[in-house]
Amino acid sequence: MIRLNLNGAIREVEAEPDTPLLWVIREQAGLTGTKYGCGIAQCGACTVHIDGAAVRSCSMPVSSLTPDQKIVTIEGLSKDRSHPVQKAWAELDVPQCGFCQSGMIMASAALLAQNPHPSEAEIRTEITNICRCGTYNRVLAGIKLAADGGQAG
Amino acid sequence: MTISTSKSPSRRAFVAGAVAAAGGLSLGFHVPFVGDAAAQGAAPALTPEVNAWVVIKPDETVVIRIARSEMGQGTLTGLAQLVAEELGCDWSKVTTEYPTPGQNVARGRVWGDFGTGGSRGIRESQDYVRKGGAAARIMLVEAAAQGWGVAPDACRVEKGVISHAASGRTTTFGAVAMAAARITPPKDIVLKDPKDWTIAGKPVKRLDTVEKTDGSQIYGIDLTMPGLLNAAIRDCPVFGGTVKSFDAKAVEGMPGVRKVVAVGDSGVAVIADTFWRAKTAVEALPIVWDDGPNGKVSSESIAAMLREGLDAEDAYVGNKGGDVGAALKGAAKVVEATYGVPFQNHATMEPMNATVRWTPERCEAWAPTQNGEAALAAVAEAAGLSAAKCDVYKLLLGGGFGRRGATHDWLRQAVLIAREMPGTPIKLIWTREEDMTHGRYHPITQCRMRAGLDADGNVTGLHMRISGQSILVSVAPNRMVDGKDPVVFQGLNPGGAEAAIGYAIPNILVDHAMRNPHVPPGFWRGVNMNPNAIYLECFMDELAQAAGQDPLAFRLKLMEKHPKHRAVLQAVADKAGWGTEPPAGIHRGLAQMMGFGSYVAAVAEVSVGDDGTVKVHRIVAATDPGHALNPQQIDAQIAGSFVYGLSAALYQECTVKDGRIEQTNFDTYPVMRLDAMPVVETIVMPSGGFWGGVGEPTIAVAAPAVLNAISAATGKRVRQMPVKNTDLRRV
Repeated sequence: MIRLNLNGAIREVEAEPDTPLLWVIREQAGLTGTKYGCGIAQCGACTVHIDGAAVRSCSMPVSSLTPDQKIVTIEGLSKDRSHPVQKAWAELDVPQCGFCQSGMIMASAALLAQNPHPSEAEIRTEITNICRCGTYNRVLAGIKLAADGGQAG
Repeated sequence: MTISTSKSPSRRAFVAGAVAAAGGLSLGFHVPFVGDAAAQGAAPALTPEVNAWVVIKPDETVVIRIARSEMGQGTLTGLAQLVAEELGCDWSKVTTEYPTPGQNVARGRVWGDFGTGGSRGIRESQDYVRKGGAAARIMLVEAAAQGWGVAPDACRVEKGVISHAASGRTTTFGAVAMAAARITPPKDIVLKDPKDWTIAGKPVKRLDTVEKTDGSQIYGIDLTMPGLLNAAIRDCPVFGGTVKSFDAKAVEGMPGVRKVVAVGDSGVAVIADTFWRAKTAVEALPIVWDDGPNGKVSSESIAAMLREGLDAEDAYVGNKGGDVGAALKGAAKVVEATYGVPFQNHATMEPMNATVRWTPERCEAWAPTQNGEAALAAVAEAAGLSAAKCDVYKLLLGGGFGRRGATHDWLRQAVLIAREMPGTPIKLIWTREEDMTHGRYHPITQCRMRAGLDADGNVTGLHMRISGQSILVSVAPNRMVDGKDPVVFQGLNPGGAEAAIGYAIPNILVDHAMRNPHVPPGFWRGVNMNPNAIYLECFMDELAQAAGQDPLAFRLKLMEKHPKHRAVLQAVADKAGWGTEPPAGIHRGLAQMMGFGSYVAAVAEVSVGDDGTVKVHRIVAATDPGHALNPQQIDAQIAGSFVYGLSAALYQECTVKDGRIEQTNFDTYPVMRLDAMPVVETIVMPSGGFWGGVGEPTIAVAAPAVLNAISAATGKRVRQMPVKNTDLRRV
């Protein structure tokens, strides 16, 4: 039995120790907003927060986590889609197919938590998630909009 | 009966229990599940449709039925805009749902074609979906007028409210929907003039955005239902190979494993309680492959096969005018160059997957498909049942790009697996590695360009010999014409409304020596317009250079008879400042093309560092799609298509060794990321009178515009894709 602090609640899950956190989140906890895209920490679709930092959960064995480490998934980012990044995403119609966007939003939220007003160059360097639909320019605009407190312009 | 693609709280629906438990989040995507009355085709009570396209609920919610598949391209919103425009409803009350392909068959294909590819979703259904919306409006008005005892002509409609000015009476769509459903549908329907549009043609927001911002959108890979098991598969890594043997006992005792099953003659799957356990076991499973006849094929042997085609006597002719042989013989100067593009994988973010429940009496599939009807046919065939005993429930796709429409190999596998455990729903998910090595790849081609110039630098003749793979010959042989694959000539056709060449060249020959390697091809966003634009538009720059002329002026001279091609090219040149000095270190290139019924052009601004690093700074792109249904989504499609096209042109190739694809994941198949993304400025310039596609056309001009800019920057001409294989360092 593995104990995890997931979206503010302690959860006990049954999984082999080497199971990646991603699959525990998706299959044991049933939170499917966090996506599988590559399994080798390349694409970022599986991004979650661990103690506020963006982490690619597909490559993190669940046994490496302790119950005092706070895991937040897209479902726990806010109530009612109220996080500034989520609001900016809706305002700018960022997603296309949307499959990568949970990871994109979590990576963006973590960036803004650590650097509330990143430069464009910093955003381009820090956000390394893959989007095959090619939403990057709206991702960039969305992060800027969220950083500006949701004021369009 | 139908799958709601957005909120539909009044319907019985399956909710991913753990998600709801996690924080009381409401879910936006409802899918019928095993045993659900809805899944058995029963109509929901109290919400009769006005017609096949429109359901109006008593609370004024307008449900618009969408036949085509949403995969990010925005067709769901666009088609809803068209219906809503003619219906005259309140856009804020609009929601959508997918009818199933089984229902379409049962109702005489009332929703038409479900196929979503070739940028056809809107342009080929706009007429009948608008008529569907208009017919519903006429019936709603008729119902209200009958109730009031007035003439329908005296009533008007605005935002779902019907009013009769003379008597001052008003009612709503919701109030008369039940009565309207009993009205005889009108025969003669006059559609609105696009200049009067208030919903269509406007940059309205997508209907499917918010569920994609909180993780609540359920994709095929996320689906679960009571009793569901998961499957992971390994198919023979050599196309055409088979399974010689496998040792199921080696993994049967692993955690969660329920069954190890052969899938056809080329694959083996493990069924387990979770996907991770199924994947772990299938990767541990000892399998002996029989590579079959293709085990020695390599990229080198395929390249040699294509090179032979460049000089072959026999070739299918796609465009012929004048006498190109005589023109080349009499030319003052002959210019020749050979280009090539590799195999490309679609690499949708969501790997292939499908959930299937099979019994001897019925087979149901939950699938992210670009073509619901083709999916139904694939399910029925693999299930050994008639189509009437099967159905497919579509889910929003985590990317399609052509991979999920023409071939349903992944769905067929899922059915075969489900047949091994009758009654149990089983979800098959491909690993990224399986996805990368079992694609339906962008066809590989080479092209020899040969042109003659007269003493004044005018093009007197052009021979374009394409050698390589046909998509249709294996994917849609019924569309071959006398042995020829017409899709090979996209953008190079002598005329027509789909994909005509924009240059008037007095002597021209475009022909195709078909050479089909064993790697299976597929439609890949932009299809053959992509390589053809590279071949034609890079070579036009080579010719301009040989003639000592400006690439824009050189092209415009040949475009007098093609005003629409010319207009988009001129528009990007003007906006990008063609002819003015670019910023220090920046070089420009341009390209134009027509495909999927639309005219597109781009100017790229590029720098190349001393170390050979290519940086694309800015692309100005124009499109004339005839009508622009949602300009902000066209903007999104153009910018997005460039990521897809430039990722391929700059970095991506699928190479072959020992009959297998060598690239297995994003570490060896790189994708453009935010750090490399250029500024994209779009010019949407609909000229009216026709409907062109949006999702694909622009992708084609990004690569040649960038390649022409690289040549301007370095003096080196990259002719074999991807660019990364050419040394661009300054020496």
